[in-house]
Amino acid sequence: MESAVNHAMIAEHELQHDVPLEFATEDGSLRVLGFWVFLAAEVVLFSCLFATYIIMHGMTAGGPTSKQLYDVKGFAWETFFLLTSSFTCGIATFEMRRGNKKGVIAWLLVTIAFGLGFLGFEIQEFVADVHAGATMQRSGFLTAFFTLVGTHGAHVSMGILWMTSVVIQIARRGIDSMTSRKMFIVSLYWHFLDVVWIFIFTAVYLTGKVI
Amino acid sequence: MSQFMNFANTFLMWKEGPLIWISDVLIGLTSIGIIAVLVYFKAFKWLWKEWLTTVDHKKIGIMYIIAALLMLFRGGVDALLMRTQLAFPNEHFLTAQHYDEIFTTHGTIMILFMAMPLVIGLMNVAVPLMIGARDVAFPYLNAISFWMFFFGAMLLNVSFVFGGSPDGGWTSYPPYVEKMFDPGPGENYYIMALQIAGIGTIATGVNFIVTILKMRAPGMTLMKMPMFVWSILITSALIVFAFPALTVVLAQLLIDRIAGAHFFSTTAGGMPMNFINEFWIWGHPEVYIVILPAFGVFSEVVSTFSSKRLFGYSAMVGSMVAITFLSFGVWVHHFFTMGAGAAVNSFFGISTMAIAIPTGVKIFNWLSTMYKGRIRFTLPMMWTSAFIPSFVLGGGVTGVMLAVAPADYQFHNSYFLVAHFHYTLVGGTVFGMLAGLYYWWPKMFGFQLDERRGRHAFWWFVIGFNVCFLPQFLLGLMGMTRRMYTYPSGLGWWIPNFISTIGGFMMGVGFLLLVYQIVWSVRHMPRGVADDPWDARTLEWSLPSPAPEYNFARTPIIHGRDEWWYIKRGKFEQEFVEPTIQPIHMPKSSGRPFLIGLFMFVAGFGFVFEWYVLVVLGLLAVLVLMAWRSFEFDYYHHIPVSVVEKTEKALGRL
Repeated sequence: MESAVNHAMIAEHELQHDVPLEFATEDGSLRVLGFWVFLAAEVVLFSCLFATYIIMHGMTAGGPTSKQLYDVKGFAWETFFLLTSSFTCGIATFEMRRGNKKGVIAWLLVTIAFGLGFLGFEIQEFVADVHAGATMQRSGFLTAFFTLVGTHGAHVSMGILWMTSVVIQIARRGIDSMTSRKMFIVSLYWHFLDVVWIFIFTAVYLTGKVI
Repeated sequence: MSQFMNFANTFLMWKEGPLIWISDVLIGLTSIGIIAVLVYFKAFKWLWKEWLTTVDHKKIGIMYIIAALLMLFRGGVDALLMRTQLAFPNEHFLTAQHYDEIFTTHGTIMILFMAMPLVIGLMNVAVPLMIGARDVAFPYLNAISFWMFFFGAMLLNVSFVFGGSPDGGWTSYPPYVEKMFDPGPGENYYIMALQIAGIGTIATGVNFIVTILKMRAPGMTLMKMPMFVWSILITSALIVFAFPALTVVLAQLLIDRIAGAHFFSTTAGGMPMNFINEFWIWGHPEVYIVILPAFGVFSEVVSTFSSKRLFGYSAMVGSMVAITFLSFGVWVHHFFTMGAGAAVNSFFGISTMAIAIPTGVKIFNWLSTMYKGRIRFTLPMMWTSAFIPSFVLGGGVTGVMLAVAPADYQFHNSYFLVAHFHYTLVGGTVFGMLAGLYYWWPKMFGFQLDERRGRHAFWWFVIGFNVCFLPQFLLGLMGMTRRMYTYPSGLGWWIPNFISTIGGFMMGVGFLLLVYQIVWSVRHMPRGVADDPWDARTLEWSLPSPAPEYNFARTPIIHGRDEWWYIKRGKFEQEFVEPTIQPIHMPKSSGRPFLIGLFMFVAGFGFVFEWYVLVVLGLLAVLVLMAWRSFEFDYYHHIPVSVVEKTEKALGRL
């Protein structure tokens, strides 16, 4: 599936053949490892936000508590959308390994659609909270809540923009050592955001509905 | 006119008096001078092509070092202003507000914009050369890191003449720094400057982990790496795991200040102590981020100038790894007086003392390396020898004293603490980075720094350093707390303060002598020094000085530690992966990293004054630049064999 342009740039002898295409160039394998290390930094970033949220959970200052605030239906849909999008993103990677350009693009578009659905529900939730008087300025608990969940939402938005750019590149160039590496890395990012969401679902929403 | 005066008084701070006026004039003159020089020599194109757009790790390293030395000057002037203010009791050279601003910028600049870039500069210069690589793993990202640091530093420095400096101390503790108590733009400057530079630093950490793990020359296993490379690998891991905590805590403080939220406020359930915990979860590892590379430099220097292999290599590696893990478990010792209770304080006291063990192992290893060695007292070796007693006695022993929680209730926030951390940061980091600078200078520039003038700088600086900070231990025990802008007479504090001020100015003289030495050497020292002037041991000395753009014409195969030393002694044979020179794959230069830094500055400036048009414009521009990069596929080029052969011939290598 490689384009002629790409052959001119990356000489055949520089490609390693016994590994998936995204690892086939030195550049590609360096970038994948680099992204894993970056994700380690992201884990620390979210850990700090989680720790802040957990210790501030009770600091409601007479304002709404998590029990009153969290809407089961809303966060259930958000969870459904994001978890499903991770699955479709996995299928896109599978299609990439099979060299099916159309499949990759289609499944990435589905992933983006689910991501947008997730964002839609999240924005709706935030707007409803603010209308109910539960603003960031109301209490320490709400400050921590909006920052943690909002940071995740900002990451998802960034991921959607990034994935869109990757879709355009694959549509233009096909699957080669560079676009496959980009696709692989954006999928790592996407799955990582899913993992963070599982923690938000558990530590923020489920726990917050009980205590 | 009145509108202009209003602007001048609000933002340019013309009411603040002659200090600001002089700075305005000096900054104006310097800028005109720089532009005039560039115009006169028609050097704009050269500057842009060779430096501002470069992705070459050696040039980026040199730019880091130049910026760090400039910042050392700025932070040093702050220090001398403070010492002048404290030379006599009841002085009114500076107002309380000015004094607060100056100790804040002194601390912030010295740690984040002097120590960090010196460390990162040296690792940029040395690491790829030491492991047989042609550049770092992500050269383009490396340039972004540099420009983020540079424009972050500029943002902090702009505060002095535009809007006002931060005044909350380099630790910036809430609730004081909340908007309610500290309304000006100063703290916003602090937050945004550190935020921008800090994100660049995280990228550096990622970059060097991947570089060291994946780009070593064949044969160089982890345990055959030079000790400096080990120290940088560990430092990079510390950066990746510590700096995000700073990113978060700064973002939280910014949200508090500009959105009126309640992370650290005293009302509506805010928790000021949470800032202090998070800050030091970054802050303590940060101490090791700036000291471990110095340890790495000392290991190289001691081994080279004792003409012996490093004693206890694996113990050295083990102790550095141990320090890394311990460094994440000691942060509460910065605020034992918070009152977390005896059990918590005991835990953190003991974990702090435990760090003395691996550190002691390293000291003994250096001493054992020197033992029975043929020691050559060159400048790097002199700085190393000055480091050992300063760090062990001034920094280490007092550090263990501070770790005793009940005693810390006495030492806390006193000049005893101020003296302690200056002994670790000056006696450890600055001495170490200067040793490294002297050591790698010929490799960077192809000429050596004059020995005799360097010795003058050395003695002035080291004696001045001890004269400055030894009396501060006494002052601390006599009850003088840090950050006092003046003190009454009759407490017995005058004489130690006066001596300390003399020492401070001696360090200033030492710094000027260092600059003089550099300027003199640039003009007079012979060029084209031997490629291996120190008779050193590691791979970078097998290269020409300065190394060509592509570093290694052919990738070397490594046989053991101190590869180059044993090649010179005939024990190893020099071997290469490629039998003949091949075309070399190198990254292309790009102006975008510079622009990304510039637009981050614009966005940061917007946040400082809450001018959101600037924020949106700056961040959008950054996003566009990132997308542009994403659509670029042709970011490498090949240096053809003929060019490599020509360069190597000119260097006498073929």
